[in-house]
Amino acid sequence: MRYFFQQLGHGFIPLFKATGKVTLMVKSVIVWLFKSKLEFEEIIKQSVRIGSDSLIVVCLINFFTGMVLALQTGYSSKSLFNEPLYIGTIVGFSIVKELAPVLTAIVVAGRAGAAVTAEIGTMKVTEQLDALHTLGTNPARYLLIPRYIAFIVTLPLLTVFADFLGISGGFVVSLVKLGVPSTVYWNDIFTFMDISNFMHGFLKSIFFAFIIATVSFHKGLGTKGGAEGVGKATTDSVVTSMVLILVFDYFISAAFVFVGII
Amino acid sequence: MIEIKNLVKKYNDKIILNGINADISDGEIFSIMGPSGSGKSTFIKCLVKLVFPDSGRIIVDGEDVLGGKNEFELARMRRNFGYLFQDGALFDSLNVMENVCFGLRYLTDIESSKYERIAKEKLSLVGLKDIQSLRVSELSGGMKKRVALARAIASEPKYILYDEPTTGLDPVSSEKISELIVSMQEKLDITSIVVTHDLKLAFTISDRIAMLHDGKFDLAGSPGDLKKSEDPFVKKFIKDSICHDMKDVKNK
Ligand SMILES: Nc1ncnc2c1ncn2[C@@H]1O[C@H](COP(=O)(O)OP(=O)(O)OP(=O)(O)O)[C@@H](O)[C@H]1O
Ligand SMILES: [Mg+2]
Repeated sequence: MRYFFQQLGHGFIPLFKATGKVTLMVKSVIVWLFKSKLEFEEIIKQSVRIGSDSLIVVCLINFFTGMVLALQTGYSSKSLFNEPLYIGTIVGFSIVKELAPVLTAIVVAGRAGAAVTAEIGTMKVTEQLDALHTLGTNPARYLLIPRYIAFIVTLPLLTVFADFLGISGGFVVSLVKLGVPSTVYWNDIFTFMDISNFMHGFLKSIFFAFIIATVSFHKGLGTKGGAEGVGKATTDSVVTSMVLILVFDYFISAAFVFVGII
Repeated sequence: MIEIKNLVKKYNDKIILNGINADISDGEIFSIMGPSGSGKSTFIKCLVKLVFPDSGRIIVDGEDVLGGKNEFELARMRRNFGYLFQDGALFDSLNVMENVCFGLRYLTDIESSKYERIAKEKLSLVGLKDIQSLRVSELSGGMKKRVALARAIASEPKYILYDEPTTGLDPVSSEKISELIVSMQEKLDITSIVVTHDLKLAFTISDRIAMLHDGKFDLAGSPGDLKKSEDPFVKKFIKDSICHDMKDVKNK
């Protein structure tokens, strides 16, 4: 029994260590954010990179998710009520509040998050991060601040795209496969949904951006041991981001519901 | 002036530096020699706190580097140092000119319109020309080293730390580098700390040479002192280095 708790305790030590390191990293980012000029060129470059890396996959995934949602709800509803009811409402709520933000975040974690971890990790093992310190700047200022801003700007924008494409996917299937007239579909969406539903997903994606950026930076900065280490850091980063996105998704949603953004 | 007192550094209980003492005065060229893995790179990294020593003191211009410094104080302290990394550590997302001028933006008030001219000038000092727009991946090993050198000296800091400036270079380029280090001292009164395996370089440029052995400086004296030294380790090191150089000559 005692052994069990000892092992459990040991399991938590790395977690506390990581939390400590992340806190210091974020603190240093905040401190330098106020101490140095923003490098807009770099922010734009990074945003374009994150956006273009993920845009096509995000659109594709969300379009098909919208389609399959419409298909499933349509046929379930048909078997229960003999006609497809409220397809637009169900697709709209699911996409805008849950699926678009989460799926987009997962794509960005896998694409841009991994790329950033690999980039920073490579810089770490080739001493380029040390070189930043000796050339009058530092990783927080030169690398992390522009990338934080880029993630926090780009992910919500991608989520808006995802909302649009998901709902369009649902629209195509309800029109073609289920024979729901287009006015009915859009009516189902706009009578029951309002800006607060949209904000629920949109604001969540800002948190997800923060999670992805923080995890990828933390894993990149902690890279050890050459090319192999970079590979390990990259996979670690993607897995950790995905788990944290899904776990925090619940808590952030619950918090939003609590404050009335539903 | 850099004063180093009883510097100790361990990596996972393995003692690398075991009580180093040295005073490096302004305008001096101080070389550090020693076997591979003896901790030379670790030592100069400690000077700019890229590696945190376990104990001891480093005092630069009267200011304790190791005592509870926050990030800003540390950044301010590092501005006085140029650093040539052993493997160059060039930014591979930038081209040669951007690499050479990287520090100017943060360390000096020089307008960016002058960067190109400065890059050209520094590159010619290390014997390179017409490569400003190449990417780092397009450079040879020796070119990388020299570009990194140009980057380290670009902002003309008060202290420059060179980690093996001539390793992997041909004799002509090596000669050029040793002239460069000396001229930096003569013209700008820059203090240089040079880690090297190159006996010829160390003997021609150094005011003092330290031999790092078992985590301590065995000897920190002039090249003449080193030649006369009776210390068995120093004698063997010099003898072996010379033999090694001779072999190189023979092979050619
Ligand atoms: N980050 C690290 N973690 C653990 N051990 C390290 C680390 N960096 C260096 N070492 C160890 O410290 C010792 C000294 O390394 P250092 O790079 O300072 O040697 P060096 O004198 O510069 O050698 P070389 O001439 O080959 O460059 C080596 O034994 C090395 O294994
Ligand atoms: Mg070394």
